[in-house]
Amino acid sequence: MLTLLLILLPIAAGVITLLSGDRLAKQVALLGGLVSLGVAVTAWMQFDPAAGSQFGFKYAWVASGGISFAAGIDGISMVLVLLTTFLTPLIILSAFKHEYKNSATFYSLILFMESALIGVFTATDAFLFYLFFEAALIPVYFLAAVWGGENRLKVTLKFFIYTIFGSLFMMVALVYLYYQTPGTHSSEITAFYQLQLSPMVQGFIFWAFFIAFAIKMPLFPFHTWQPDTYTESPTPATMLLSGIMLKMGVYGLIRFLLPIVPEGMETWGMMAMILSVIGIIYGSIIAIQQSDMKRLIAYSSFAHVGLMAAGVFSSSLNGLQGALIQMLAHGINVIGLFFIIDIIYSRTKTRYLDQLGGISQSTPHLSVYFMVLLLGSVALPLTNGFVGEFLLLSSVFQYDGWLGAIAGLTIILGSVYMLRLFQKSMFGPKSKWVEGFQDLTASERAVLLPLIIMVFWIGIYPSTFLKLTEPAVSQLLQLVNN
Amino acid sequence: MYPIILLSFLGVVTLFLGFSKSKNILLPATLLFLIIALASNFIEWNKGPLLYFYDMLRVDNVTLAFNGIILLSAFMIVAISGGFQDNADSEPAEYYGLMLFSLVGAIMMVGFEHLIMLFIGVEILSVAMYILTGSNKRNLRSNEAALKYFLMGAFATGFMLFGMTLLYGATGSFKLAQIQGFASNIPAGTQSYILYAGLLLLLIGMLFKVSAAPFHFWTPDVYEGAPTIFTTFMSTVVKTAGFAALFRLLSSSFSNIYGFWWIVIAAIAVLTLLVGNIGATSQNSFKRMLAYSGISHAGYLLIALTALTKPSQNAIIFYSLAYSLSTISAFGVLMLVSKEKTIEGQPNERYEAFNGLAKQNPLLAFVLAVSMLSLAGIPLTAGFWGKFFIFTSAAERGIIWITVIAVLMSTVGIYYYFRVIISSYLKEGDLIKIRVAPFYQVILVLATFLTILFGLAPGIFEGFM
Repeated sequence: MLTLLLILLPIAAGVITLLSGDRLAKQVALLGGLVSLGVAVTAWMQFDPAAGSQFGFKYAWVASGGISFAAGIDGISMVLVLLTTFLTPLIILSAFKHEYKNSATFYSLILFMESALIGVFTATDAFLFYLFFEAALIPVYFLAAVWGGENRLKVTLKFFIYTIFGSLFMMVALVYLYYQTPGTHSSEITAFYQLQLSPMVQGFIFWAFFIAFAIKMPLFPFHTWQPDTYTESPTPATMLLSGIMLKMGVYGLIRFLLPIVPEGMETWGMMAMILSVIGIIYGSIIAIQQSDMKRLIAYSSFAHVGLMAAGVFSSSLNGLQGALIQMLAHGINVIGLFFIIDIIYSRTKTRYLDQLGGISQSTPHLSVYFMVLLLGSVALPLTNGFVGEFLLLSSVFQYDGWLGAIAGLTIILGSVYMLRLFQKSMFGPKSKWVEGFQDLTASERAVLLPLIIMVFWIGIYPSTFLKLTEPAVSQLLQLVNN
Repeated sequence: MYPIILLSFLGVVTLFLGFSKSKNILLPATLLFLIIALASNFIEWNKGPLLYFYDMLRVDNVTLAFNGIILLSAFMIVAISGGFQDNADSEPAEYYGLMLFSLVGAIMMVGFEHLIMLFIGVEILSVAMYILTGSNKRNLRSNEAALKYFLMGAFATGFMLFGMTLLYGATGSFKLAQIQGFASNIPAGTQSYILYAGLLLLLIGMLFKVSAAPFHFWTPDVYEGAPTIFTTFMSTVVKTAGFAALFRLLSSSFSNIYGFWWIVIAAIAVLTLLVGNIGATSQNSFKRMLAYSGISHAGYLLIALTALTKPSQNAIIFYSLAYSLSTISAFGVLMLVSKEKTIEGQPNERYEAFNGLAKQNPLLAFVLAVSMLSLAGIPLTAGFWGKFFIFTSAAERGIIWITVIAVLMSTVGIYYYFRVIISSYLKEGDLIKIRVAPFYQVILVLATFLTILFGLAPGIFEGFM
């Protein structure tokens, strides 16, 4: 039942936010986010990693379509639910300093999004997963399209069509799989795991799933919607997109692609792997050349997600564990970085590195927080990025030595663009744009501090989270290897 | 059965009401008549298959469900018609009378057991539509549309009659059951070409009525030219009746020669999807876009016909309901908005007319947005489940490729449906606050509410079936 509560709470909070009017919206939304976090932490406390899917419930929903409203939490879901509920209040808090018009709608959309995301990560019915997967798009579309930058209309429409396009293929695959289940058909994900599909069918299903998830993450060459959308969206929406939504894609790979079509993986996995590795290098190189800070982080995010996908496609314990912990780490780092860029932008009205410089002279706090998040992102040992990146690279290396070597370049390239970002904005002579730059306010610190704590927690003691996911991941791998 | 008798009688009563001095009584009276018809429709619910008129008309739960959708749509459309009081030339009694008569035709199409009934039903419905299309007498566009519709419709009727004649020649009967008997007893290795030719010609006639490509050429012009209220009627009632009839025809008489006709319907479905969706992208007029979108929805419904599985029937019913609700909301908002703005004395039906709608009229913008999301098939609206059920019915038959094409085309759909949402929510405009009559508002809210309700819990509907 806790799962149902987790899905419904943000919706309820969103509705209350909407009703409470523009003046109170912020506080109510934050409260709603915090309550959800509280419930998630309670679930975590009671959670037994070895026991498989827990807190489940199931209602028949559309009997003839074989759809039931069924959800539950296993180790993999738990990590992502924690990530979602942890980040959402921070995203809400980070929006506090802006005065958004119609703020009640704005904040309730964030909460609706949270609910859909938790639904995606906990659904145990394939069609329910699909519903949430699609439904998550609508709030974020409106967030980006109503409160976004100048080109928002074109960009968000492209984003919407692109991602729906991918997921519809997944729907076809799901419907097909549904009719392959024996007896009275079932759309439970575990029922799909039992299917014996011919190699050719596995190939088709592989691509249907791959395209859906690759567009969402995004992987090379399906990424073209991403930088524009990230840049044009208001920062809270960008945070939702990069911090949580792209994890839907990686989660989908782990939950659907690997276990359902293992033979398809054998045939086409190498190709997917190569695409992922191309994405890593390509994203990094473009990131190096960016001057707009938001775009830079967008491309770095694109590079990082490539590495996660590569880990998943290696279908090894290290790869999957690495991908999961990296999802956590990436979510935390990227949200922190976008927030800092938003702070810089709201004070200087520019995001261009060429126009910035010397911020650190007046901002000891900002510089330190920024640096820690950067180093986390660059994967310095003892920070959160290191654990994931290490596991991921070792898994890719085991899969194929050459690919591993190429993917390893990400560490060097990552340092190049990240340090360049820091150097150009924080050091050097003070530009005219940064005159009178104020250091962090208390509420800004309230957003960054939890993130910094998590950077070190995951970096120093990752087993808190690795232990959580390990039983679920090994179980999944057993399925794949059978 | 009851609605046929009642509506024929009440249609005449409506005409007589037209003689009274006060025209204000017509709208409430017609609404009342429709409620009576709707209620009487469900008297026979669960009474099992009943046959009337020398076994020429059939009543069972499926036909009652289709009738229910048709009557509900008609009720909602009449409710937002506003009594035709703003136009001095209008003849409300005749319009309402014709609408009631046309419903008789629609109900005959839904429940026919005999091809003559189908023919009479189609003609009653069509003739009423020809007249209503041209009802805006002083508008050239309306006149042209009526003439075009009439000429093309007459042609289609010719095909249909010829098809029926051939079927009679082949099978010796107009009764569906006997045609089925003949079609299922064709000796192996032989072909009955007369039967096949008859079926194809009959299909052409019917496909014309539901505006499937390549018989769709009249649709955009007629939809655009007809007064919007009748366009709404055409695109919901006529389409639902047409698909109910097609489904009955194919499922009860020709299911045994599925192998012969399925590929024909499949090809037409694909063509219709392509024409409808691609045609809609290049429109600047919202009304024309809805016409093309109507064509594309005929394409989705044809997929359910292609599959012809048990779920197909429910899929068609659900889809028709979802589509009718959304279409009525969309046209309903269009009528309000286009009246506010005019180009050269005509209502402005372009996308730009919706600019800034959300700011002054949040309710209208929301109704419009939900209807567009539903037509586009976005989850948590009824339209999504409509598409979903159709895709599953095709998948059950194992026709995956057609679903893939439909999926591609649905993505195209998002482009043009979202243009309206973008106009109303994201663009600046100078629309003032539009006054919406309370009853009008109730209908729009009801349609939106049902769209969302069926989107959240399509199971409600299933329990009902």
